[in-house]
Amino acid sequence: MCAQQYQAEFLLKMYELMLKSRIFEEKIAELYRKGELVGLLHLYIGQEAVAVGVITALRNGDVVLSTHRGHGHAIAKGVPLKNLMAELYGKSTGTSKGLAGSMHLVDVEHGLPLSSSIVGGGIPICVGMAWAYKLSKSNNVATCFFGDGAVATGDFHESLNLAALLDVPAVFVCENNQYALSLPVSRGVSSPSIADLARAYGIKSFTANGMDVINVYEIANAAINNYARKEQKPVFIEAKTYRFLGHHLGDLMQPYRAKEEVDAMKKLDPISNLRDLLIREYGVTESALDDLRAKIVKEVEDAVEFARNSPYLDPRELPKYVYSKQGGGAQLA
Amino acid sequence: MREITYAEALNEALRIEMSRNERVIVLGEDVGVFGGIFGVTKGLLEEFGPDRVVSTPISEDGFTGAALGLSLAGYKPVVEIMYMDFILLALNQIINHAAKVRFISGGKLEAPMVIRVMMNYGPRYTGPQHTQDFAAFLAHIPGLKVVAPATPYDAKGLLESAIRYERDPVIFLEHSVLYRTRGPVPEEEYFIPIGTSDVKVNGEDVTIVGYSYATWLAMSAAKRLKEEGISAEVLDLRTLYPLDRKAIITSVEKTGRLVVVAGDVRSYGVGAEIVSTVAEEALHSLKVPPVRIAVPDLPVPFSPPLVDHVVPTEDTIVSAVKNIVKNI
Repeated sequence: MCAQQYQAEFLLKMYELMLKSRIFEEKIAELYRKGELVGLLHLYIGQEAVAVGVITALRNGDVVLSTHRGHGHAIAKGVPLKNLMAELYGKSTGTSKGLAGSMHLVDVEHGLPLSSSIVGGGIPICVGMAWAYKLSKSNNVATCFFGDGAVATGDFHESLNLAALLDVPAVFVCENNQYALSLPVSRGVSSPSIADLARAYGIKSFTANGMDVINVYEIANAAINNYARKEQKPVFIEAKTYRFLGHHLGDLMQPYRAKEEVDAMKKLDPISNLRDLLIREYGVTESALDDLRAKIVKEVEDAVEFARNSPYLDPRELPKYVYSKQGGGAQLA
Repeated sequence: MREITYAEALNEALRIEMSRNERVIVLGEDVGVFGGIFGVTKGLLEEFGPDRVVSTPISEDGFTGAALGLSLAGYKPVVEIMYMDFILLALNQIINHAAKVRFISGGKLEAPMVIRVMMNYGPRYTGPQHTQDFAAFLAHIPGLKVVAPATPYDAKGLLESAIRYERDPVIFLEHSVLYRTRGPVPEEEYFIPIGTSDVKVNGEDVTIVGYSYATWLAMSAAKRLKEEGISAEVLDLRTLYPLDRKAIITSVEKTGRLVVVAGDVRSYGVGAEIVSTVAEEALHSLKVPPVRIAVPDLPVPFSPPLVDHVVPTEDTIVSAVKNIVKNI
């Protein structure tokens, strides 16, 4: 990790966001195993540095389009844990009233307009939002996260080509966690470097160490604020990272990778490494960090209580969320 | 009233909406300097400039998704899909994304975009990949509205409604044969409410239901039937979803006979929905079993005589009607 050029508060803030994501998801795993949560839950554990490093470099009004593996992005964007948890419980107090669930997180107020569970599906939408920001001269950027699996989709290639042709401030963040479910990236992407693919489209491209939040932040800050926003051009970041758990919580055996590989990668845990750095080089005390953990644990427990005690949406309300009341021409008659 | 073509009527609607709202953006393949393959976007590039009239590369899912992004950020994109067959490439963005935005966001977001699509069913001789009508399965998707005008007047009024007032994704189906047909169209703006059908010909003996080019065929057939003493009512759906079920029921209750004309393949098609609606809500008004005219369960061939054998025509409508109105 880096020399001492940051304020401890700045690093602590990133540490807190990563830890919040970790503790939130550890709780989800526990609730899922107890049968209290259902559905497909794709955990982000191990990859937290990517969401936090990139999103810390964003500004007010910049949006994030996420994926089926979206809890970490939502938490880094500031989505309240209680509404996030309530969404996972399918309750009406959830971010989308329980209509969307874990794989489709949306919180417009916190700059998360859409998460797509269709691999690659958010990428063209990100190009369109960036296009709108360019046309309206808002000086915002649109950011999309996607995995190495998305690199094989048509939407990925169509979008990079379009973004380069239109010259729009879209920030493409590939979280290369080495596996598309079971398919290793070496068998899913023909190019040895994903970042190079973006270069072939004429897009400025960076590679970041996705296990190191400071490195991700520095690359993202350069890519987003010193380039995409300033030059009004697309930019690409390949963050090399690793998911510590299975593809989703039902993927227990993971026959596609060796336990030794997973154990070795867990030593690169971005959260414990930053904790060590804060203690070693920034004089942060262990007890302060323990207090921070306790505060987050409490917030997560409160979120669970809030979700448990919330009502479900009245099923008679469902049709209200399909079409606008406007339109149809009735108001024109 | 002056008469202009269906293509000119659409062009006029785009021009009016683009002039009054700078957030209307037109994009798609060859919509710029080429003006679209049937000239619907002709002159728009010169009038509104390259920021608002954008010829895209051949990336249907990519540019449709980008249009969705524009709509989420406050713009009103009007996308052109050159042939309906090509919409298959964009369905991931249309069905999985645009149609779901309102629902996934718990009602906080909307995707007010218009997707103009050229249908090419009928006597077009362009082979199995340039003649398909997928209207039924688009109308099957909650979250989408599907419009399919038959006349220049309806084309302009419906496109203006879609762009000006709709807050949901609208699939706006046009037809290659209709582009050059002429009809009376007011010069000023006007709006036809989406979700309303129109009785194009009044009649007593049989209800012929159609949309887009099928309506046009039904109108010609009705003229011929009249000469033979059969009074056919032509009900033009104009919108396939939301469907004006009430008007269908009202007409069938009056005539007691139903023929549906559609450009799609018969099984699971538009005809099935219309006939089901009548079966559920007006079964006992039917004096004879209903008839569906559509493409048999086949791809449409290239060879012209073979095409004429499988697509709906004026002749097939006339003989189907005569067959069920024998006893008057």
